[in-house]
Amino acid sequence: MQEAIISKAKQLLADGTVNRVIGWKKGEFAYDITPAIFESAEEIDADFVYDDFTSANVSKYLVKESKKEGKILAFLKPCDTYSLNQLTKEHRVNRENIYVVGIPSDGKLDAEKIKAKGITGITGVEKDGDTLKINTIYGEETMPVAEAMSNKCLSCKSRKHVTYDELIGEDGEVITSDRFDMVEKLENMTSQERYDFWRNELSKCIRCNACRNVCPACTCENCVFNNPDSGVENKAAADSFEENMFHIIRAFHVAGRCTDCGECSRVCPQNIPLHLLNRKFIKDINSLYGEYQAGADTTSKAPLNDYTQDDCEASIVHERGVE
Amino acid sequence: MQVNENKEFQPLIVAFCCNWCSYAGADLSGTNRLNYPTNVKIIRVPCSCRVNPMFILRAFQKGADGVILCGCHPGDCHYTSGNYFTRRRMTLLFSMLDFLGIERDRTRVEWVSAAEGAKFAATMNEFTEAVKKLGPNRRLEDLRCRKQ
Amino acid sequence: MLKISLENLGRLFDAVSEKQTLYIPTDREDGAAEYRKYENGMKLSRNLNTLRSAKDFFFPQTENLADFKMEGKKIEVIDIREESEDFVVFGVRACDARSFTILDKVFLSEPVDSYYKNRRDHGTIVTMACSKPAETCFCGTFGIDPTAPEGDAACWSDGESVFFKANNEKGQAFIDSVAYLLEDGDTTKLDEVNAKTKEILGKLPLANLSTEAFGGDTLMEHFRSEKWAELSESCLGCGTCTFVCPTCQCYDIKDFNTGHGIKRFRCWDSCMYSDFTKMAHGNIRNSQLERFRQRFMHKLVYFPSNNNGEFGCVGCGRCLSKCPISMNIVKVMKALEVK
Repeated sequence: MQEAIISKAKQLLADGTVNRVIGWKKGEFAYDITPAIFESAEEIDADFVYDDFTSANVSKYLVKESKKEGKILAFLKPCDTYSLNQLTKEHRVNRENIYVVGIPSDGKLDAEKIKAKGITGITGVEKDGDTLKINTIYGEETMPVAEAMSNKCLSCKSRKHVTYDELIGEDGEVITSDRFDMVEKLENMTSQERYDFWRNELSKCIRCNACRNVCPACTCENCVFNNPDSGVENKAAADSFEENMFHIIRAFHVAGRCTDCGECSRVCPQNIPLHLLNRKFIKDINSLYGEYQAGADTTSKAPLNDYTQDDCEASIVHERGVE
Repeated sequence: MQVNENKEFQPLIVAFCCNWCSYAGADLSGTNRLNYPTNVKIIRVPCSCRVNPMFILRAFQKGADGVILCGCHPGDCHYTSGNYFTRRRMTLLFSMLDFLGIERDRTRVEWVSAAEGAKFAATMNEFTEAVKKLGPNRRLEDLRCRKQ
Repeated sequence: MLKISLENLGRLFDAVSEKQTLYIPTDREDGAAEYRKYENGMKLSRNLNTLRSAKDFFFPQTENLADFKMEGKKIEVIDIREESEDFVVFGVRACDARSFTILDKVFLSEPVDSYYKNRRDHGTIVTMACSKPAETCFCGTFGIDPTAPEGDAACWSDGESVFFKANNEKGQAFIDSVAYLLEDGDTTKLDEVNAKTKEILGKLPLANLSTEAFGGDTLMEHFRSEKWAELSESCLGCGTCTFVCPTCQCYDIKDFNTGHGIKRFRCWDSCMYSDFTKMAHGNIRNSQLERFRQRFMHKLVYFPSNNNGEFGCVGCGRCLSKCPISMNIVKVMKALEVK
């Protein structure tokens, strides 16, 4: 796959369709891949990579990049195309300045999951069928590929590219996933259990803002949490209330716009399952206001910018679920 | 006797009332000399739709034990459709608070028209009682703001 | 050398925690290690290092500095400082142990930070030598030997026993307080373990990383480098690197209105944030390039320039594994050292 992508990139650069390419750059180890912009065939040959660890969603960079001179080539995985579509819908990107090549993804790996197995000193990672071969300075280790799979890929919702100018490989379909299972499990807990669960998770938060800054739906020029005049600006949670507030507002602000790309949880240094907050909103929207997938199109009205006269009342929250 | 009465938990209730219906409804309940608890502090907003989820959270942070949002009845919004948006927004917010384990009876949305002074007083009485039963807000409080 | 067998280590923890608060690295449900207050039965983590660094004990993410009460035009300032209780931090790695030397240079030079000093005076650091370094480790670059960690007292494990040695009086006092649990032990096996670790250290992927191209006298050359644009282009501007870093020491001071008084608190700040140094007459770094450059220039150039050549990094590798886009000090050093 990497060869096909590289030759496509070089071809589009050579024929002048685009003047730069956004993709992923090799790191020091097998897994530390950085999103990067390439301007020449030489740069691409030297560092471009597309492998099991290129999970970063590059859509958000296009907000800035699409405003620059000339067209940029972006290689987008199915989930990334939803993010780009949503940004297009919100007029945050200049779609005309982006040439999208859809690329397939059969799920990305998470180095943290390999390390959590106690495997350290990783120098190389290779897929061999369902087994993952990991070379380390302490010798070779193996583990099932499925156990190293990134959480966001384990609950993949779609293999379909919703926007592209060209495709490499076949397009996939929207698939059924079990992505709401954990939300449902929590809903069925008692309120005390839910409280304890979230207190345990959110108290780990170090307020690094990685979840916010990586989110393709969070594109405010100045966040309310950075604005000293907002009255809620804070750089660190001085009280558990501030932990709750930040995460409620972060998730609320992208409610109805979150495409469920899973980047927030992927980047969280404390492994907080932040995507569950977003999925709770998605699940509520689906069940109360009709099925809605943010980013699936560029014309539909967002659920929170819309209403019907016979919407349910807020008291529905009291009537369902577990107290 | 007086001492015992003071010891009973008195919740602080914040009520966001829209200017055109609910605030007038509160006025009417006053001119009609209907009783509602003094625990209720009213904040007037131009439309229920003005209420950002942050307002609700901040009220809890600053010491509220319950927050109620009152607006015009659906279809009667002074700005045509503001309260329809409020309804979706608050449904999702309250559902999220419930998801985080915050007691669901601490929040409520109620539609009160300018003519419903009696409904306003009854709603406030009922809501205050419900919050009183829950006791002080501990799950969504800012410890720094707690009065010693 | 004095030692205790691994299975009796819990007894040592129990004994220490009876007299003072003890913190040890322990595994969370998700497998990551973090320091927790020791309670009977708690297991020492088998991870190489904790997710958050040990600087939290002396320089916590948020701390209350003072309270104010106002009545009319009268302002009362309440000093909330209290003498810290004695505590022991066990199992600190060599890299984190060195970070205290770096933090001391910042907080203990005039004017002394009394909040930091208070905790520093009352804390005893017991370090633990490494035997299984990870690919992200590069403490050797900064002259740190993970088989001979600093700290008040140090300990080593040979897989069967834990050996103790004091590095100063405070460490000696710690060892004396548990001496009745320790016995004299033979270090033959331990010497083998250390020799093997040293061999692995030489084979680490970052073993050859050098600081030669950095230091105070390279300031303008690096500041003007054209490589910053490319290095910083994908930086998200989050604070992960600064908050997991054991040596990052920038903070902000803020007032919080509680409704019945004011709480003045300080919290970690990050040079990656757009409002960093805004308090200084609104004089901020406007682009992510400048903010990104500041972080690495501080660690590799400004800090050694002000501190006799000591670098502001200890090579713990936390930013290498935690950066959301995997851009880190190693990649910056490797890019900048190429002329």
